Amino acid sequence: MTLGIELAYWQETTVKLAVVLAVIPTASLILVYLFLFKWVSFMQSRLGPMEAGPHGSLQLIAEAVKFLQKEDLVPEKADRRVFALAPVVVLGSTFLMFVVLPAGPDLVIESLETGIFYALAVSSLSALGVLMAGWASANKYALLGGLRAAGQLIAYELPLVLAVIGVVIQAETLNLQNIVVAQADGEIFGWGGIGFPFVLTQFIGLLIFMIAAQAELTQAPFDMPIAESEIVGGFQVEYSGFRFLLFFMAEFGTAFAFSALGAVLFLGGWWFPGFDADSDTLNVIGPIVMLVKILALSFVIFWVRFTYPRLREDQLQKFAWKFLIPLALANILVTGILKVAF
Amino acid sequence: MTAIDHRRQRAYVDAQASEARVNVELTTGDMTLNLGPQHPATHGTLRIAAKLDGEQVVACEPIMGYMHRGYEKLAEVRTYPQVTTLINRIDWLGSFANEVPFILAAEQLMDVEAPPRAQWIRTVLFELSRVANISLFLGDMGVQVGALTPVFYAFRDRERVLNQIEAVTGGRFHPNFDRIGGLKDDLPKGWIAETKAVTARMREFCDELEELLIGNEIFEARCRGIGVIPADVALSYGLSGANIRASGVDWDLRRDANPGLAWDQVDWKVWTHVDGDSFARVWVRLQETREALKIIDQLLDGLPGGPIMAKVPRIIKVPAGEAYISTENPLGEMGYYVVSKGDLGPFRVKIRTPSFNNVSVVPWVMKGVYVPDVITILGSLYFILGDIDR
Repeated sequence: MTLGIELAYWQETTVKLAVVLAVIPTASLILVYLFLFKWVSFMQSRLGPMEAGPHGSLQLIAEAVKFLQKEDLVPEKADRRVFALAPVVVLGSTFLMFVVLPAGPDLVIESLETGIFYALAVSSLSALGVLMAGWASANKYALLGGLRAAGQLIAYELPLVLAVIGVVIQAETLNLQNIVVAQADGEIFGWGGIGFPFVLTQFIGLLIFMIAAQAELTQAPFDMPIAESEIVGGFQVEYSGFRFLLFFMAEFGTAFAFSALGAVLFLGGWWFPGFDADSDTLNVIGPIVMLVKILALSFVIFWVRFTYPRLREDQLQKFAWKFLIPLALANILVTGILKVAF
Repeated sequence: MTAIDHRRQRAYVDAQASEARVNVELTTGDMTLNLGPQHPATHGTLRIAAKLDGEQVVACEPIMGYMHRGYEKLAEVRTYPQVTTLINRIDWLGSFANEVPFILAAEQLMDVEAPPRAQWIRTVLFELSRVANISLFLGDMGVQVGALTPVFYAFRDRERVLNQIEAVTGGRFHPNFDRIGGLKDDLPKGWIAETKAVTARMREFCDELEELLIGNEIFEARCRGIGVIPADVALSYGLSGANIRASGVDWDLRRDANPGLAWDQVDWKVWTHVDGDSFARVWVRLQETREALKIIDQLLDGLPGGPIMAKVPRIIKVPAGEAYISTENPLGEMGYYVVSKGDLGPFRVKIRTPSFNNVSVVPWVMKGVYVPDVITILGSLYFILGDIDR
């Protein structure tokens, strides 16, 4: 951090922790209110929450308080420790993702050299938590949900990573900050007005990334692990109160994090045309630019979620292995050839 | 149910109890999964005991009766006009259609015939309740396959139909409007024009849903080739309604055995589909909704004048005899076998409800499908719990 203040290591770490801990609930709050409550309601020709606060904007506070008040229920035959740990693992994976997401030239918790690799690696930790939840609940529906989730998250981890490789080849770096800078410094046939957002060449990559992210987030059309109409909530079925709130926050926090990753990789991240990539102004407007891009991508996620029916588990696997992965590999091949040629 | 079915059912219950005991350490063998009685996909209290190998269904059995309300017995201690209040609640989404066959059976026993205007209005209300019923099914099918939006559109537009039914009968769900010898009231002023606007809107709803859901590739992937019921199996299990038409059997009681309502006065078509799968059942129902709207429009155009009530005594006593009348209800063939001993009320009423037979095919059709398909097949068979258990 180069904010002009010298902090001891432990002080800096505490500040960073506090920031991440504040960002995750805020992020999920924004997504839940904007999309889950309001936008979807408008699509479905209803109003959504209207009573708590202006246009129901305080509804989430009410919901959170409701969750906190509930009794901490653990099924009799559940594996208590694993059951209690599972939501923490899932939320922890979201938490770790936020560590590398940049919002400005200096606004990043840790600018890791292997940033994108790290982000995708920790995001797959949530599969572990989901499997733990499904197994420890001692519920058949939860077990089905947990196993479905494990199969699905593993299958879609691969296209997610492969989709990103095209960007990495073009940017020649794994560091998320440097990927943003590479896009800011790029030129479209000699014209540098808007830099070179990688979506221009990696649109297939973005498509695969968004589809795979949708599956990672277990949002429809890939929401079989939850599937309310089939296995009534899947791995979440036995969770209530605060533990459910953790799952809920993780779900929307991860949606936010994946949208942020997509914005950084394909849409130019926090950079705004007309500024140097290291200008201090970007530390101020960068977060706003990021937020707009994140909301645009999350909008697509939720739009698809509330429009499409759900695939079946075998169809989902076929789609991943027979379509997305070959497509991603072809994308890498073409990107590599073009990279060498030009 | 036969004795064999009872035995199988008991075997399932026993197997389940023993499974529950060992379930703490999950065996790698078959797992018995209880879908219901409290499960969102059964929209009511149907229980499906399914034996699973992984996600594949090895065998399954629908267990009914959680909602048995004893309407057949209750009908025996009520007078004829009182029975319609009960039978309103059998298929609660298309209530008016439930009343008609019973009233027709009573009319047949009394040798009374309702005047033409009453018959035409009966047919209009019958078809309106079909539209109200099936439009909700079409939206609900979306929920079964995981799309949450169509059902909101269905609820929004069904409201318009219910408003029209309410405007005539005063009841949204339970009209209790049909009388022996005619109807309780005539249509209110301006109702015909309003209803025509509603049918136009419902046509748009059908198009909207076809675009949003039924034309969707994922929906097709989930429903095509799933839950195929061949025509001979459909016939042997006594399926009726859209379920049997989707198996390619061209059979519609409105056309084949019209008990005196105005269906033969208008031009419409019976849709069938050769596939017999879940998609075919949904598709046939969608076309049927469109046909029902066509019927309503034509009937409203040619509505005859005259009285809406035939001459019937103030206190209705039905002469001794037996009558069976069945009509093509939204869910299928619904019939009432009424036995009268000349009293104020029926001596015995046997109700033949479509959902009971439609669900009985479940063990046959669910062998080897995956758990998600169980839900789409159940959804596409379309039952209403009140209609199964009475």
